[in-house]
Amino acid sequence: MNKWQPGASLNTLRRRAVMLSSIREFFKHRSVLEVDVPVLGRSTVTDLNIDSIAISSDGEQGYLQTSPEYFMKRLLASGSGDIYSMGKAFRDGEIGIKHNPEFTMLEWYRCGWDDHQLMSEVAELMKLLLASEDGTTCDVIKMSYADCFFDSLGFDPHSADLSDLQLLAAKLASESWLDETRANCLDLIFSVQVEPQLPLGVAIIYDYPECQAALAKMGKNSVGQTISRRFEAFFNGVEIANGYLELIDANEQAMRFERDTEARKRLDRPTLGIDQNFLAALNSGIPACAGVAIGLDRLLMGILGVDSIDQVLAFSWVRC
Amino acid sequence: MANYSTNEFRSGLKVMLDGDPCSILENEFVKPGKGQAFSRVKLRNLKTSRVLEKTFKSGESLEGADVMDQDMQYLYTDGDFWYFMEPDTFEQHQATENAVGDALQWLSEQDVCMVTLYNGSPLSVMPPNHVEIEIIETDPGLRGDTAQGGSKPAKLVTGAVVKVPLFLDQGDVIKVDTRTGEYQGRVK
Repeated sequence: MNKWQPGASLNTLRRRAVMLSSIREFFKHRSVLEVDVPVLGRSTVTDLNIDSIAISSDGEQGYLQTSPEYFMKRLLASGSGDIYSMGKAFRDGEIGIKHNPEFTMLEWYRCGWDDHQLMSEVAELMKLLLASEDGTTCDVIKMSYADCFFDSLGFDPHSADLSDLQLLAAKLASESWLDETRANCLDLIFSVQVEPQLPLGVAIIYDYPECQAALAKMGKNSVGQTISRRFEAFFNGVEIANGYLELIDANEQAMRFERDTEARKRLDRPTLGIDQNFLAALNSGIPACAGVAIGLDRLLMGILGVDSIDQVLAFSWVRC
Repeated sequence: MANYSTNEFRSGLKVMLDGDPCSILENEFVKPGKGQAFSRVKLRNLKTSRVLEKTFKSGESLEGADVMDQDMQYLYTDGDFWYFMEPDTFEQHQATENAVGDALQWLSEQDVCMVTLYNGSPLSVMPPNHVEIEIIETDPGLRGDTAQGGSKPAKLVTGAVVKVPLFLDQGDVIKVDTRTGEYQGRVK
């Protein structure tokens, strides 16, 4: 491999440019405003499993943002209305065939919408971007987390005992899963057993387990179980999008931050200052909204049918 | 031996898994959206050659395996063991039939082979990619028939049976690719 050369072919770079301009066109027609928010902030997410790249500027500590979420929510609180951002996001240590520590993220918010309305819009955008030249496009199916979990494994993920999930995770991976959390066991089982069985095309999975809410509101599913109003989209079994009916309650948000910080302490991971500007924005009130983020490099991999993220980036980390 | 963490897993790294030395073939970093990262690793058990898949949490580690590849000259066999010599130190190693495995049928004395040592003893033997061996048994050669297709089996001094062109005879020395077992040409 000649490291000075780009990983993406010139044709792929053209396809990337077409994808970006199609997205801008899509949102222009829908009167969603493009916003350009910082990738360098003084605070970052407390999320247990997302590590930020710390930098310093003139002696002051800062972080490359792992998503534009907090800045975008501050704009929503300021009355921006529907907005989208297309830009770079950074995650420390995420290097692999489908991961690059710097990647391109599309994120948007729809005021007054719920998660299901946003899922429909995600489906429309996917159909547009994945359409081939003759106009045929991919299938989009939508199903609940519980249903696709049950289809693959034959039991209900929300009511299953933690010990049973740990046993199954240990069987699929190693004994070190026997003392794992519910969220981690479910993630492992879902990745190893359910994802490979997802149908080809786009699959939108909704009503995630309560323990995997992140920044989503809680809700009840059709059989009365508590779930999080979170959804993900997969293309040919590869995760490409994550969305929420957004949590807008500042107190609940502050509690989740505290919980993350406690968990980080327990696991000896760096604890991070909570983003007070973000909390202040929530306190001043952000409109009820739904939001979603799509990994555009992954999506381009799907559009072109290639396996490695290196093939869709001008220069992936190994070439930088 | 040193311990290796999942982020150091590279193709070719030799590690211990369930008591056996293994070679890492592939390491895929997996990370569910908001979840914990893990590694799906494909390994070859160097004792059994079986390929297995394991999932490790990011940050988990495996002990390195004391496995080394070394070029050695094949000396002789006493029927129980096959003896190899390190060309620099003249140190000799005895390999079991199990370790020699499929290489057995290609080995001529003085060939230089790649011997994989595990804790200092031969674990497996790779014959040279190309060997030159005499035909010991085959149907009589058809004189002049050098252009037409068609082949016949020929048994070699070392025990291997190779498909060869019809014109070859007992006593001819041929060149064989040991990776495919295919005839490459006659050696004058």
